[in-house]
Amino acid sequence: MTTTHPTMSQIERYAAGDPGLDEPSVWAIEVHLEGCADCRARLAGATTADTRSLIERVAMGLDREIAAMPVPAGRSRPWSVLRHRWYVGTLAPWLVMTATVLASAVLLGELWAGRPSLVLLIAPLAPLPGVAVAWHRRADPAWELIAATPAAGLTALLRRTAAVLAFVIPALAVAGARTGASLALMLLPCLTFTAATLLLGTLVGVRRAAIGLIAIWTLVVIAPSLAAARLPVVLAADSAGSWALATVLLTVMALLRVNGFRRLSHHG
Amino acid sequence: MMRAVSAAETAVTTHPWAVHAEGLRVRAGRHLAVDGLDLSLTAGVHGLLGPNGAGKTTLMRALATVLPPAAGRLTLLGRSVDGRSELRSVRRTLGYLPQHFGFYPRFTVREFVGYMAWLKEMPKAAVAAAVQRSIDRVGLTAKADARLKTLSGGMLRRAGIAQAIVNDPQLLLLDEPTVGLDPEQRLDFRELLRDLGTDSCVLVSTHLVEDVVAACTDVIVLNEGRLVWQGTPEGLSGQGDQGDAGDSRAERGYSAVLRRHRAEAAR
Repeated sequence: MTTTHPTMSQIERYAAGDPGLDEPSVWAIEVHLEGCADCRARLAGATTADTRSLIERVAMGLDREIAAMPVPAGRSRPWSVLRHRWYVGTLAPWLVMTATVLASAVLLGELWAGRPSLVLLIAPLAPLPGVAVAWHRRADPAWELIAATPAAGLTALLRRTAAVLAFVIPALAVAGARTGASLALMLLPCLTFTAATLLLGTLVGVRRAAIGLIAIWTLVVIAPSLAAARLPVVLAADSAGSWALATVLLTVMALLRVNGFRRLSHHG
Repeated sequence: MMRAVSAAETAVTTHPWAVHAEGLRVRAGRHLAVDGLDLSLTAGVHGLLGPNGAGKTTLMRALATVLPPAAGRLTLLGRSVDGRSELRSVRRTLGYLPQHFGFYPRFTVREFVGYMAWLKEMPKAAVAAAVQRSIDRVGLTAKADARLKTLSGGMLRRAGIAQAIVNDPQLLLLDEPTVGLDPEQRLDFRELLRDLGTDSCVLVSTHLVEDVVAACTDVIVLNEGRLVWQGTPEGLSGQGDQGDAGDSRAERGYSAVLRRHRAEAAR
């Protein structure tokens, strides 16, 4: 790139306080010096020992004064910063919907005694709506701005997926405690489906992956279980180990396919 | 806002291209909006002109790494945008204001600019001062702690510019930055542009020829996805004659450039 610097002669005249330098020239040199370390070094070389000593004393005094002052922090509060960075307001409707569906499942479970636990059946799908919109152009008003930052794509997706899980896991724990469903059998499938969504997302996009998994689980597991009025084998008490293994495998596979997320950087 | 360093009083040092495109093609949906563009830009303020549908916004989005090139070669700040690590590296030194920029209405200006600084992976210790400085530079100091939803259109635009410059970008892309600014704010903005262009490559897409003439060192005219003219504002003014449409010499020059390109394309 092209940049512009004052000449050495101008810097020497500036350092000497030459009255022949008019005010706009002095001002232009000062503006440039603010942003150019090279020219500041040239200026330092152009000054006398007495001047350097004076500048050093002033700088030390300023450093002491600045160190004694409180750090300007604006009016942002720590919780506010945390909320803005890890939790995006645009996820809120989806998280509210998830919480509402879980609460409804708890209520229906209490009304329909003897039926398979609805909370257990829908637990694997609980984080998927939030993950589907975690990094999606139409779900985030600031998508275009964020897409041009280093945090775009995979980084944004993983941060927001973590935020979704941080909300969904306690919600599932509360629902599980209320219904008496196995905590492991709710949380492990939930993590498995999250990892599966990310893995499939490298192939077909995260939103499509989430919609596909929701549809498949609903048709293959939830509907038959409700029709037969019993829990499926995949949610039997001894299946927790298999879910844990599946979670680990799918997470490792998703990490191995991390380059597949490159398309996220551009397209979301 | 800060004022520019006088170019007449300074020496010139040359560095590599900030933007270098060869045969660049970029799609906007199914439409090939940028079609075989060759473009090289260095430090300075470059004005991007063109009629509606010329491909200005698509080009800006491609340079902001939001859209991937469909074909051709694109290097930004000397680095290709193909690899993930290179892309991250380029994006840390990029500033971008889209034509239509969305925001979180409950954020304050300071939170919004700080959030963007965090996303740009600025050193934590430098963020607070950089945020304050960028807010000051766009003249929003008094509104730093106001929520975005309470700001006027012009103030929002300035908040958008503040987030774009918070990381002192080496490549700054501003798409229609003066929309919503009143005349006085536009004058201040031109000064800011000249100041930013002393060390960085600034590309400003606009339909206001007068802004380009007043603030830019270089003009690029795009039509139907192709570069049809590049030169100085004075050179653009010399392109037209009294018969061309426009209220100023520069506008008539711009009209003449487009007229000639359309005539050539029709042959």
